[in-house]
Parts: sequence; structure tokens; C-alpha cells
Amino acid sequence: MSRFGTGALGRVVRSGVSRRRVQTVVIAMATMMAVASAVVAGSLMVAAAAPFDHAFGKQRGAHITAQFDPARASAAQLAETGKLAGVTASAGPYPSTAFRPVDQEGFRLPTLTLVGRSGPDGDVDRVDLKSGRWARKPGEIVLAASFEGPTIGIGATLKASDTLNAPTLSIVGFAVSAGKTADSWATPAQVDALASEGNPVTSQMLYRFDPASTKEQILADRKKLAASVGPAALLSTQSWLDTKRAADQGAAATVPFVMAFGMLGIVMSVIIVSSVISGAVGTSLRRISILKAIGFTPREVVRAYVAQALIPAGAGIALGVVLGNLLAVPLLSDSEAVYGTVSLSVAWWVDVTVPAAALVVVGLAALIPALRAGRLRTVEAIAVGRSPRTGRGQWAHRAMGRLPLPRPVTYGLATPFTHPGRTLAMLLAVAFGTVAATFAVGLTSSLTAVGTSQDPESRAPVTVTTTKLNNVAPPPPPPAGGSVASPSPAGGSVASPSEPEVADPAKVRSAIKSQAGTGSYYGRMRTEVAVAGISGSVQAGLYQGDSRSGSYEMISGHWITGKGQVVVPTRFLERTSTKIGDTVRVTYEKETANLRIVGESFDTSGSELEIHADMADFPSAEPSTFLVEVKSGVSADEYAQKVAAVVQPLGGDATTNAPSGQEGVILIMSAMAVLLTLMLVSVAGLGVLNSVVLDTRERIHDLGVCKAIGMSPRQTMSLVLASVTAIGVIGGLVGVPVGYALHGLVMPVMGRAAGTSLPSPVLDVYEPVQLLLLGLGGVVIAVLGALVPAGWAARARTATALRTE
Amino acid sequence: MHQVIELESVAKRYDSAGAPALGPLTLSVAKGAVFAVTGPSGSGKSTLLNLVAGLDKPTDGAVIVAGRRIDQLSEHALAKFRREHIGMAFQFFNLLDDLTVTDNIQLPAQLTGTGRRKAAARAGELMEMLGIQKHARAYPGRLSGGERQRVAVARALVNRPALLLADEPTGALDTASGHDVRDLLMDLHRAGQTIVLVTHDLTLAEACASRTIHLVDGHIAADSYAQAVR
Repeated sequence: MSRFGTGALGRVVRSGVSRRRVQTVVIAMATMMAVASAVVAGSLMVAAAAPFDHAFGKQRGAHITAQFDPARASAAQLAETGKLAGVTASAGPYPSTAFRPVDQEGFRLPTLTLVGRSGPDGDVDRVDLKSGRWARKPGEIVLAASFEGPTIGIGATLKASDTLNAPTLSIVGFAVSAGKTADSWATPAQVDALASEGNPVTSQMLYRFDPASTKEQILADRKKLAASVGPAALLSTQSWLDTKRAADQGAAATVPFVMAFGMLGIVMSVIIVSSVISGAVGTSLRRISILKAIGFTPREVVRAYVAQALIPAGAGIALGVVLGNLLAVPLLSDSEAVYGTVSLSVAWWVDVTVPAAALVVVGLAALIPALRAGRLRTVEAIAVGRSPRTGRGQWAHRAMGRLPLPRPVTYGLATPFTHPGRTLAMLLAVAFGTVAATFAVGLTSSLTAVGTSQDPESRAPVTVTTTKLNNVAPPPPPPAGGSVASPSPAGGSVASPSEPEVADPAKVRSAIKSQAGTGSYYGRMRTEVAVAGISGSVQAGLYQGDSRSGSYEMISGHWITGKGQVVVPTRFLERTSTKIGDTVRVTYEKETANLRIVGESFDTSGSELEIHADMADFPSAEPSTFLVEVKSGVSADEYAQKVAAVVQPLGGDATTNAPSGQEGVILIMSAMAVLLTLMLVSVAGLGVLNSVVLDTRERIHDLGVCKAIGMSPRQTMSLVLASVTAIGVIGGLVGVPVGYALHGLVMPVMGRAAGTSLPSPVLDVYEPVQLLLLGLGGVVIAVLGALVPAGWAARARTATALRTE
Repeated sequence: MHQVIELESVAKRYDSAGAPALGPLTLSVAKGAVFAVTGPSGSGKSTLLNLVAGLDKPTDGAVIVAGRRIDQLSEHALAKFRREHIGMAFQFFNLLDDLTVTDNIQLPAQLTGTGRRKAAARAGELMEMLGIQKHARAYPGRLSGGERQRVAVARALVNRPALLLADEPTGALDTASGHDVRDLLMDLHRAGQTIVLVTHDLTLAEACASRTIHLVDGHIAADSYAQAVR
């Protein structure tokens, strides 16, 4: 219709948007929350799915890190290896050595790979300098960022070894190499200076190959390298696939969790946005009929109503992207700290795809009812707009009317049956919200259980050591991926430049035994043992006395109860192809014992294999720590002070145990769970709010009639709230089992990703009362969502409502 | 005679700067009377009805219905007052389409807390009285206009109100149905029911009313008393 140009259409759209302010705000809010949660979930999914790949790609990490003997392969020869077939880039040779520095507190760090590089950049392995600067002169060192801690910071010094005249190195920066080509970097001259007979200088070459995605391809590439310089010249190689596997092990645990939340968020967003938009258009039929009656063409009507939905939705989408980025960035930076990789930011394509998809969803959701409205004959549209009653739900009114409840409540209970589509959308919103809440509660409970079980020793209120406590703490955190050996364990095996005095364990034990207030205690030492069938050393906890109070959570079997028994983690069983009941040969120093596996421990300590056995199997082993339970009514602090007074002159110490804090990953996942749940529950509440607003608007005349014949504001409110209560109950009844099942599905996957099965205290976290409360959570979501429109309905002026068609 | 409605200098303004839509008006309606309000559109008929029903509040003056000043009551108290003392019948019936005839009629009783059985018995009594008992289980959408208005009147009477307000009760009906409703109102009047009848239909007012006021621009332009109800 030519006489209705864009001006008339624009006015219709503008007036529609401004007149229906509540609807406009709800569309904008629901879209904003849905888009924000989709951006957060999407970016976390992307980041969690491949943090190593992101970092490795960005740094152009080395597919093969090779160490050559400089005596057998000259620099020129090594440079030629960069031209081999399949090599797409190479860097080096860099002088490399290994050393074991000592920090200012006298604590020995693990053996570090030191590489001499003049800068962090290069064709391969562009090391990410996280803080400080690169080493410019001898005497300066850059450490891997994972070593940064209270005693190891920029400006701190390290002694190159524990010998008296060892050179001092000043820490000038912290850096991350995704490919783990080194633990520390210095100038090439410094590397040459630090080399020793036991740790000679080698030449490190870094290569990128194409292809290099499989183990076989890497092996073939390695062969080429060895052939080019002679097999004796190539000392060792490190494949990026091994580094990736180790790095992914830490991050992989978060993937199933984020995926679950991401899917929930995306599905919910689609449902809510669709129902909000289609509902908004669907309730405008009367207005549409008037527009058609005065001459708007069907196409103009469709355009007007799609635009009317797109304007607030567009604003909501824009705000949602901003909000999603604001919320995602801190979570991602926390993830970055945990993953130890290069900076993670919201992927640009998430910021593009999510709003684009949201616009498509909004457009489609608006288009379908708008097309329907556009196709309606004007007379029909007027009839539909005037009389929305279809006869649906009359049976429900009859049935509910028989319930022994107040009439406004039974009237409200029957209301959802009038609009099955809208009710279904509301039900899905509530159900998804309840699923999210149930899953999040289970997840955080499980994570708390994981956190508690990670540190069984902290359960003992008092720790007594055979060394002074300032000699044993704090070790630096191990680098992500576990490619570097852990620092020396606390206790007796600590060595420092000036050997600390070590108390006689027997005397310490005697002091504990004779101290009033001692409840029970057991001795413990952490050491390295050899296990037949496993190359390299294995961590072992050896226990003296009844150690049940400090036992790990058991996945199966039981904790050690005496000699000849060993408890091992899941990874040990997998790696050795053993099972409970099998016997393994364990060697501690020169003592070997055949131990029967009696239990599978829940151990989330990464790639380490820590086994637990009775100290009596190794007569030369002695405890370095005693974990003490005090008698009831005895103050742990006072007890520790008294014991310390006795054991300190012997060289030992005593302290109380603070409850162990949760680890970064656990805290981050809990924070993510809470945030995502709040967002999803808000979206669910907005979905309900929107549906009830639509319903209230449609029923405002009926409500006016009810009020005119004597329905009080309170009864009106109870009518509206009752209309969503059943939806809340059903949503809860559906959502809780689904959330429960989702938790049961996701947790074992997270465990497997972390390399362990999960014990029942981690899996069976729901209490019946908790489930009941979560079920009621569905009602809470529904009632909270309906509260505002119920208030409007209660306050609506009866005379005005009666005039409303 | 006991007064069911007393309006004392009642005025209603919708625009504080403009002239009042109604009043100031002082009048009273005696118990058992049929009080008709006529007048052209915009004369203040509906405003007057809303004030008496407690659906709106006056800008000035006092509204006393059934011996109680209602213009100072809260919304909650007004709702309670309405369901106990006032019955309303509307031009377009305002029946709830989702509910059967019986459910519509007994709804006000149920809102007061009357038991289901007792409310149903009262609804049955009224349906029989108004000749609509055969439609007890039907939905309003299936009834004729006249039948719907009878259901509306039955609903209005279910709590035995002191006052029945009828807003253009024949306005949406054909002539025959209009006569039916007129006869019904006259029957109710004979039975002692106080009725306020707002109508354009002067014939209806003349037929039913014991007193008729004619409003123009919010003021009483004419006030007449009938000799007797026919």
C-alpha cells in the first residue's frame, strides 16, 4: 500500500515498542540474559576445549624439541636440519643444560632445563613473557611462570646449586612456553657457564613439521633428524603430542562440565527467546487487525511486527554480548592462571556467532506468528483479537473447581490449560532452570568433596614434624602438565646448603605419646620408590601406625590395615594392568617388598602415581611427619604449642592444621557453576515473567470481572500465582531428576578426563532433603517470575480492566 | 425510609485542571427502589455507577452504601464490601467463558468463603428462579444474549446483595431479550431488591424505575419519580 510509506510503518513500530514498555523491557532483558549466558558458556566451551591448542598455535610451538650433542653436530649441520623435507620452521641451536637451583630460603627447586636464548621470539616457540623482562646478561634468569610464588618473584635470587661458591642468578621475568621446551631461560653465555660435568651443554633445536598430528608422523620426523646428523648426535627428542596430553589432562576435567552448562544455556536461550517473541506477536492480533482494517498490507504487518520484536531484542543482544564478555573475561583469566597457558580471551567468532544466531532465532520466532497474523483475513483478525477464548481448558476449570481449595486458587490452577503452547514454554524454562540449579548444587558439592579428599592429612588437627617447619615450606607449585618433577617433598628428604637438623623420629613419637591430650596419631613419610613394571620413580606415602583417619577416599577396596598391603590410584591400575588383589613389587632404597593391592584410592594429583603402604614393609623408612588427633575437649593450638616446646630442641616442630583451601580449578569451576546457574535461573524467571505478563494482559478483562464481583487484591494475586505453581511443581519434578542424571553423567566423565574414577562421596552428593528443596526451586522460579505481573493484576483498577477488551 | 445509597457532594475529576466529570452531586436511594440513571454518552452515568460500586473513588464528597462509607476503604476492604453488598450486571454480561453457568453464578459466593455445596444450592435456586436451570452445565458462549444476561443477574444476586447495579442490561440484546430482562428486573423490584439501573433506554427506565435522574455533563438535569411500578 503506497500511502503507507516507511514513515507510517516506522510510526507503527515505534509506537508499538514504546506503548508496550513492559513487553519491550522483558524481550530486551530475556534476550540480554540469554545472549550473555550463551557468550559465557560458548567462550568457556571454546577455551576449555582446547587451551593447549590455543596457546601452542599462538606461540608456534615446537612439534619436536630435539637435544643434540654439540661435539657430534656442529651449528652449521644443525641449521641444515631446518631444511629437511617436512620441516616448515626451525629455531636454534640454543645451548641447553640442566641445573637444580636453591632459593633464598634454602629450598631446592626441582631440576630445571635451562636454555640460552637471546630473546623470547623466533620462528618456533615464541615464548610468552608473562611478567618482567627477558634475560639480557649473565647472572639473570627467566623462570617458567608456574614457579612464581611468595619466595620466588621478580628481583629474587637463586643459587645455581647447593655448593658454597655456586653463582647467584637474579630472576628478571616469568614466561610460559606452551610446548614446555624449557623451565628457565638465560643468555647463551650463562648456560655455558652453568654447565657441569654431570650436566653438559647440549644443543636444543626446535622444529615445526607438516604433518605432525600423529605419533607415527612424529616418529618418522624424528628418524629424519637422526639420519641427517647421525644417530649418536641426536641425544633426545620431546614430542608436542606428549606435552599436549599432559597439559590437556588438567583442563580436560572442566570440558564436560562447561559443555553441559553451555548446552543448557543455549537450549534455554532459544526456548525463552522464541516464546517471548512469538508470545509478544501472538498477543498483538487485535492491533494487527486494526492496522489491516485501515489499509496495511499483510507484508507491511509482518514487517512491522518482526521489526517490533527485533528492536528490543537487538538492544538486548547488544547488551548481552557486552555483559557476556564482561562476565567471561574474569573467568577466562582465572582459567588461564590454572591452565598456565597464554592469554585466553572471548573468541571473536563467539561474539559474532552468538548475536547472529540470536537474531536469527528472534527473527524466526517473530516471523512465524507475524506471518500467521499477516495471512489472517481482517474480519478473522478482529474476531481473534476480540475473543481469544478457544474453549481450551474448560475441562480443567471443571476439574480444578472440584478441588477443596479456595476458588481463586483453583481458578488459577486451571489457567495454564488455556494456552498449552505458552504453558509448555514456561514449563521448559522452569525445568531447565531447575536442571541448572540441581546440576550446579551437585557439581559444587562434588567439587567440595574432591577438594576435601585431596588433602586427607589436613583432617588431623595437629602435625608434628621431625624438622623445623621453616625448612619444609613452601614448595613452589609444580608446572602445569606435570612435565617437571615435583620439588623435594616436605620432611626428612629435604636437603639444603646447610643441612637442617632432623629430630630422631623415635624421640618425637615418644614426645607425642607422653603428651597429655594425645588422642591417636600415625607417622608418615613421602618418598620415592621403584615399582616393577613402571619406568622411573613413583611417589609413595609410607605410614606407621593406624592411618585410617588420614586415608584417601576409596573408589574400591579398603585402606591399608597392616603390612604387605598397598593402596594405589586408578592410573596405577591402568598403567600396570593390575587389579585389586594383585601383587606388586615395590623397592624403597635397597629394600624390596611384595605388596598386595587392597584398595583403589581417589587421587586427583595429576599425572603423579602415588601409592600408599605400611612403613613396616621397609625397615629403614622412618616417619618425617606425625599426624595427631587430640582428645575431645583439648585445644589443638595449646596441644601443638606444648608438643613444639618438647620437639623443637630436638630439631622438630609442631603446628595445627588449617583447613585446606580449595584448589584453583575447583574454585573456578564452583564460581562458574554459581554464575552460570544464576544466569540460567534468571533467564528461566524472565521466561515465566514474560508468559505471565502475556497471560495477565490477555486475562485482564476477566480479572476485572472477578474483581468487580468481589475478588480481593490478595485473591487476585493468589489466582495469578496459582496459575504458575503447578508449572513450577512439574518443572521441578522434571528438572530435578534430569539435573541429577546430568550430574551422574558428567561427573564420571570429568573424573575420567582427570585420569581417575570417582568414589561414592564425590558422586552421591545429593541428600533427599536437598532434592526436595531443589524440586521446590522450580516453584520458586515460577512464583518469582510471576510475582511482578501478579502484583500488577492485584493493583489493576477494576473499572479500567473492565473496559479493556 | 432506610437509604441504601447516600451521595454527599460527590464529585469526580479525571483531570485536575478541568471540569468534574461528575457532580458535585448529592442524592440518596431508598431501600427497595429502582433508581434509573439516564443520559447521553459522557454524561457521567458510568462514573456514578463506578463510584457507587466502589470501583472508583470520588475526588470530593462521601459515598455511603448500605450504611457504610466506602470511599475511604482500602482495595481489599472494598472487594469484601462489594462481594457482600453489591451485585453487578453489565451490558456485555462479563461472564467468564472458561466457567460453566453454574460456576459463574456461584463464583461470588465462593469468594466470600461459602462452601461449595451451599453455593451450588444457592446457584440452583437462582437458576430455577430465572429459568436457566437447563443451562446449568453449559458454557456462556453457547447461550443467547438474554440467557447470558439472566446468568449475569443470577451471579449478581448469589450473595443476596443489598444493591443490584445494572449497567445497560439491555444494551446488547435484541428487543425480545430486552423485554425479558426488563420483566426480570421488575420481578426483582417487586421482590424488594434495590436496583440502580444505568441505561440509555428511556422505555426501560420508565417501565422499571421508581425514580429516574437524567444526567447531562455530570449534573442532574432532571429528577423524576414514578407513581408506581407497573
